Formats: sequence, C-alpha cells, structure tokens
Amino acid sequence: MDITSAAIDFNIIYPEICLLVASFVIFVLPFFKGPSKTAPVIAFLGLFAAALATVNQWGSQGSGFYGMVACDNFGVAFKFIFVLTSTLALLMGYRYLSAKGINRPEFYGLLLVSTVGMMVMANSTDLVVIFLGLEVMSVPLYVMAGMARRSLESNEAGIKYFIMGAFASAFLLMGIAFVFGASGTTDLRRIVADFSFIMSSARPYLLLGVSLLLVGFGFKVAAVPFHSWVPDVYQGAPTPVTAFFSVGPKAAGFAALLRVFMYGFVDVAVLTTVFQVLAILTMTVGNVLALRQNNVKRLLAYSSIAHAGYIFVALVAGGAEGISSAVFYLVAYAFFNLGGFAVVVLLETRSGCRSNFSELAGLAKTHPYLSAVLALFMFALSGFPPTVGFVGKFYVFAAAVKAGFIPLVVIGVMNSFLSVYYYLRVVKTSYFDSSETAFIPVRYSPAIILVLIVTAAGTLGMGLFPEQLLDFSKAALFAFL
Amino acid sequence: MITLSAYVVVAMVLFGIGVIGVLVSRNVIILFMSVELMLNAANLTLIAFSRALNVLDGHVFVFLVLTIAAAEAAVGLAMVITLFRNRETVNIDRYNILKW
Repeated sequence: MDITSAAIDFNIIYPEICLLVASFVIFVLPFFKGPSKTAPVIAFLGLFAAALATVNQWGSQGSGFYGMVACDNFGVAFKFIFVLTSTLALLMGYRYLSAKGINRPEFYGLLLVSTVGMMVMANSTDLVVIFLGLEVMSVPLYVMAGMARRSLESNEAGIKYFIMGAFASAFLLMGIAFVFGASGTTDLRRIVADFSFIMSSARPYLLLGVSLLLVGFGFKVAAVPFHSWVPDVYQGAPTPVTAFFSVGPKAAGFAALLRVFMYGFVDVAVLTTVFQVLAILTMTVGNVLALRQNNVKRLLAYSSIAHAGYIFVALVAGGAEGISSAVFYLVAYAFFNLGGFAVVVLLETRSGCRSNFSELAGLAKTHPYLSAVLALFMFALSGFPPTVGFVGKFYVFAAAVKAGFIPLVVIGVMNSFLSVYYYLRVVKTSYFDSSETAFIPVRYSPAIILVLIVTAAGTLGMGLFPEQLLDFSKAALFAFL
Repeated sequence: MITLSAYVVVAMVLFGIGVIGVLVSRNVIILFMSVELMLNAANLTLIAFSRALNVLDGHVFVFLVLTIAAAEAAVGLAMVITLFRNRETVNIDRYNILKW
C-alpha cells in the first residue's frame, strides 16, 4: 500500500478535531496551572468552532479514510444535534456542579470526548468505526454518570449504566463478528453491493448477526425490552448529565441504527415487523410505567423511553420520508427534552431537593415565568399544538400512514393521549397544588436563563414556523459514494 | 482438522456463559468477568471467520476490541473501588437506593 496517497481527508472531520483539541487542552491544563475555572470557557470555544465547521460541511458530500468515514447531510444534521446538546448541557452544568461540589474540569473534557464519539458513530459506514464511535461515546458517559463520588445514588447509577452498557456493547460486537463472518467485510457499502449473494450463501450467520446488532442498539436507544437500566441511571446521575444522555446517546444510537438498518440491511424483509413490535412495546410500556412516577426525573426517563418508541414508528415507515421524519423528531426532542431537564436542574440546585413531585407544589405562585416555561415543555412533550412536539409527531405519523401502517399509527396516537395524563400532572402540581412548607426560591444564573430561552424559543418557534426545520430534515438524507 | 463451525460453536458457548453470568451473578467483579468473557467470545468469532475467509480485517479488529476492553475495565474497576469505599460491599443486590 502506498502510504503517501493514503486517504486521509481531514476536511471531513474538522468538527471532531476541534472538540478533541479542546478536550485535550482541558485535560492537560490542570497539570500546569492547577485547578482553574477556564475549562468551561475552553469547552465552549471548542463547541463553537465545531459548530462553525459543521455549518461549513452542510451540503458537501464525500468519504475518506478508505471509505470508513462518510460525510453527507444525514451525518452533518446529527452533528448539529450533538453540538447543540453538548452546549446546552455545558451551560446547565456549571452552576449545578458548583452547588453540588463536583465542578471538576474533567466533566467538560469528558463531555467533549463523548460528543466526538457520537459524531463518529453518526458519520461512518463501517461497522468497526461505528463500534469504536460507540465506545468513545459510552466510556466517558459511564464516568460522568458516576461523577458525584460521594453520592451513593450517583455511584449506583454509574455502575448500573456501566454494566448494562458493556453488556450491550458485547452483543453489538458479537453481531458485527457474525455479519463479518457472513460477508467477509464490515463495510456497509460492500454489504449492500453483494447483498443478494450474502443472503444466499450465508443466510443464518447474517440473520444471527443482524439480530445481535439490533439487541445491542436496542440497549443503547433504550427500546423496550432493553430499557430496565434507564430510570435508575437517569434518576441517579447528576441532572445535567442526565439531560445530556437523554438526548445525545439516544440520537447517536438512532443515527447508527438508521444507517445500519435503513441502508445496510434494508433488504432484510423481516425487520419491518420487528421494528413494528419494538415501536408498539416501547411506546406503550414507556407511557404506562410513567403514569405512576412520583419523581420528575424518573418520569422524564420513562417519557424518553416512550419518545424512542415514536422514533421507531418513523423507522417502520422507512424510506426518505421515514428518515427525515426521524431526524425532525430528534431535533425537536432535543429542544423540548433539554428544556424540561433545564427546569429540573434549576429546581434541584436548591439544597435538599430531589425533584419529587411534592417539591413542585407552589411553583407557579412564586415563579410565574419558570412554571410557564415548564408547562410549555410539558405540552411539547405530550405533543400539543402549537409546539414543535405536535409537528414532530404529526410528521412521523403521517410518514407511517403514507407507508400503510394504519394500526400502528392508531396505537401511537392512543399512546400520545395516554401520555397527556402524566405530563399534565406536572403542570397541575406546579399550578394548583399548595404545600405546607414555603417554596424555596430558585436562584437563576445567566447560563441557565440562556438555556431556557433557547429551548423555549426553539420549542415554540419551530412549532409555529416548522418550514425551516422541515426543509432541513428533508435535506438530511444519506448520500453514499 | 478443526472446522469453522467448531470455533463458532465454542465462541457461542462462551458468549452464552457470559450472558448467564451477567444475569445471575450477584458479585460486581464476577459481572465484569462475564462481560469480558462475552467480548472475548466475539474476538474468537472474529479470528475464526478471518482465518476461514482468508481476510485480515478480523485480526486487526481484535486488537481494537482488546484496547476497548482494557479501557472499559479501567473505568469499571475505578467505579467498583468508589462504590466499595462508600458501601463496603460488592453485592449488586445491596445497591438498591434506586429501585432496579
């Protein structure tokens, strides 16, 4: 092999490079200067540079590193989601972590490394690189979940997330091994090219590999029946971290899932039925279990499971319509879910608060704006117009109706109605319930106000004027070279 | 002559032992060992297929997997040490502040 002509195309990984450089600076700086307060600033600059580089990539197509890394609008759209999620989590984190005494520079470095992993996952057409991206994403997340060393809840969340994550990775790896055995390659494009031959010569290995892959991804995106870890981990981890991994890894998991199953194994006919079962189970179990929760963080955990179910409906629909509706829903979900968590972060920064329902009582009397914003996010999560939650659900269900899956859509809409009950319970508690003790006032910080403004503006603005986001998600399709 | 299917069967048996270990074991350290066993079962599958198909990709992939397994083990053991400091037990049933 001629090493000088090696296909190293740095221009398609500029966003990743920006984030990695920033994270290395953050990791190394304490050795020279001692603990300092510059870490969040460096992380913010890195994310800003990455955002600019990502904007620059929109519309370009290419592939590099011997075809292992792709650059297309689909991947770039997901890079936007990851940068947005990471930035908002960073802004949410600063005050919260200081208040809890765990504001260490490593948090910001790990956040960036994890974001790089997600970008790699969403922008690869090679199963090996997808697996590497997944691990680069997951290992920092395990540390972040268990970051509050002295908090028993955080310890527990970390170890549970770690064990389930490693367990899922092993399934995914075994799946990749069998796909490799069936086809002799891990490159999705070569698998697609030789698909009928592989299917005729090594059918059992391929199907075994695909099902193991699905189990692995199922754990990562928290589909029922692989969801048991989600509520515990979401409740125990520090809240800004929970906010980050209720959106980031889920979006990354779906990006990889879409690439692998909507492109690589799109001709495995049985997958549509499997996705249908997963969609119905995930929506229904998530919503039903959320009904009885008394902790807002746990409620949002079950709600995030249910939202994964709605995205599976988009996967069932398939085709360009299905992919773009999944992208649309994930962007929308990033805004209103992060917004909901931002309110929880703000409430939890008060000492002694554990985000139980009873602590919300009396919020509206003392903090009218905050409770209005909370109500907006809850309406968006349950899919009321004029929020973006409604447009996203509408788009997903419309894609499924067009593809002819009417019963599935009926179940989805019924689930959506069911979810209204528990989301409105949050609103009702904050507006109409009164508590015996006085409501401990919330202390705002400029960063969290910015987060609330951005997410609320996104939720409402894109709900009223969805055309921009529709065009964006319609353009976010695969383009394999 | 050992055939490909023999290797695949051994790998799947190892993988199965790992899965059962994760599901039934109550000791965190044994859970780790079971996960490592699952990863190594996948490595064995990769090597076997790589030899049988006469391509090198699988061999290279195994090195990447080994590196990842080492990184995971480092993070995981650090977490167990933190937990043990706070709780003085490695029994997973005792980690029950958050209900499973």
